[in-house]
Amino acid sequence: MHTVVEATHAVVTLDVALPSIVWGWIITMNMWAKSIGTGVIFMLFYLLKKYPNEAGYLRFPVIVVSIVFIHIFLLFTVIDLHQMFRFWHIFTHPHLTSAIAVGAWIVTGLVGLLFLMAYMVFLKKDTASFDKLLPLAVIISIPVTLYTAAIMAEATARELWQMPTEAVQMILAATLTGSATLILMGKKLPYAAKRDLGIILGLSAAMAFIIYMSEMVFGPMKAEEVMVTLQAVKGAGQYTTMFWLGQLMAFIVPMVLVLLSISSKSESLLKLAAILAIAGLWIVKHVWLIIPQLLNLS
Amino acid sequence: MQLGFLVDLHLCMGCKGCEVACKVENEVPLSTWRLRVKYIDVGMYPETKRTFTPLRCNHCANAPCERICPVSALHYIDNGIVNIDKERCIGCAGCIMACPYGAIYIDPETQTADKCTYCAHRIASSMMPACVVACPVEANIFGDLDDPTSNISKYIQDHRDTRVRKPEKGTDPHHYYVGGGDVNLNPLASERIEGYSLFNKLTHLPVGGHH
Repeated sequence: MHTVVEATHAVVTLDVALPSIVWGWIITMNMWAKSIGTGVIFMLFYLLKKYPNEAGYLRFPVIVVSIVFIHIFLLFTVIDLHQMFRFWHIFTHPHLTSAIAVGAWIVTGLVGLLFLMAYMVFLKKDTASFDKLLPLAVIISIPVTLYTAAIMAEATARELWQMPTEAVQMILAATLTGSATLILMGKKLPYAAKRDLGIILGLSAAMAFIIYMSEMVFGPMKAEEVMVTLQAVKGAGQYTTMFWLGQLMAFIVPMVLVLLSISSKSESLLKLAAILAIAGLWIVKHVWLIIPQLLNLS
Repeated sequence: MQLGFLVDLHLCMGCKGCEVACKVENEVPLSTWRLRVKYIDVGMYPETKRTFTPLRCNHCANAPCERICPVSALHYIDNGIVNIDKERCIGCAGCIMACPYGAIYIDPETQTADKCTYCAHRIASSMMPACVVACPVEANIFGDLDDPTSNISKYIQDHRDTRVRKPEKGTDPHHYYVGGGDVNLNPLASERIEGYSLFNKLTHLPVGGHH
């Protein structure tokens, strides 16, 4: 028995499409680790401004966490290169229209600054100099956070990734994971500081969720490619379950937990929200990275 | 000088001579293609038609691959070709993510990006690209778009149905099609139905060989 294909439909009968998933979980790790590495810097700045005495002890541990996660980000960036031992070409032959090249230069500056700050606070015990350098670290952390969005914007083939939406999502990812990490690290912080971090976490989750849902609903009305791409996370799509699992873990459940923790002053709920947000963001980022690559370009 | 390509889809008969010539000339490894001919069937039996569309790099004037390449491995040469320096490429795959035409791949042997260069090495020796030479019906027309007396310029002037792929992307491609429609040039206008492919058991090597 033959299936009848409608006359109005054209069917591709011979084409060897190029392999689709080029940027996979390694790039997800890259984005996720970078969010934490820069997010904790933003949160440390806030805490030292508002709670200078109580949060002072976090200077060194936060810098260490930032250095570790920025290096995880750099490690995964390098191992994703098909010619990883040529990574130094970015410094010897930089092409400055490329967000990849510009980002690599900026993050190198941030790494140097973080090590200098670690030296100041740990070996020199000079917190005054550390505090003078911290605003500079915050300023440099902003483009470090944003440049992946710029790379996505330069990926002309992937209509789903739009500027400035991705830039906003990158900043929200940093504030989400940064506040979550500080909630987990800040045992000795007063409850008011933890509540502040919880509010930042909850608001970041709410705003990121609203943006994703807006893209889900309105994106397809603007571009055919976005409509086709988002079919992967709608209905019986290949990534529907993973997408909603990520949204639940990273945004919806943490929002609810933050509200509950504020009303009951429960620090355990806040910690649970923090863990879920950090883990869930990986899933959210991964799905959003993969689905545009499922679209056939030819 | 601005070199460009034009394919007259009225003439192309899907023999894949261009595809094979390209493979041989450029030693393109298994499972990768610089140039592919796509078949699309339109209509319902007995009113059916098969269309053939050669697909290669568009050598865009505003090339997203050139812009995103962090080390200028993808670069313009004087004749307008977007060329690639494999020794400089770090294999970040940014170009693959940027190219709206899916024309770039990671060469599994060199682990670097690769694509059609309009046979830049042959042009440097005053020879035509291998695919042009191989085409039995002269469907591939290659030449200088800046020269109004060149074959390609005349062809564009004489044919009102000259189109490029995805003009909305603003890439300004230097690769034209005559006789092409949405079905040929818009990948979203045709379906890919399981079981309708002429070759059903294609083996793909992993992307880039090691990932």
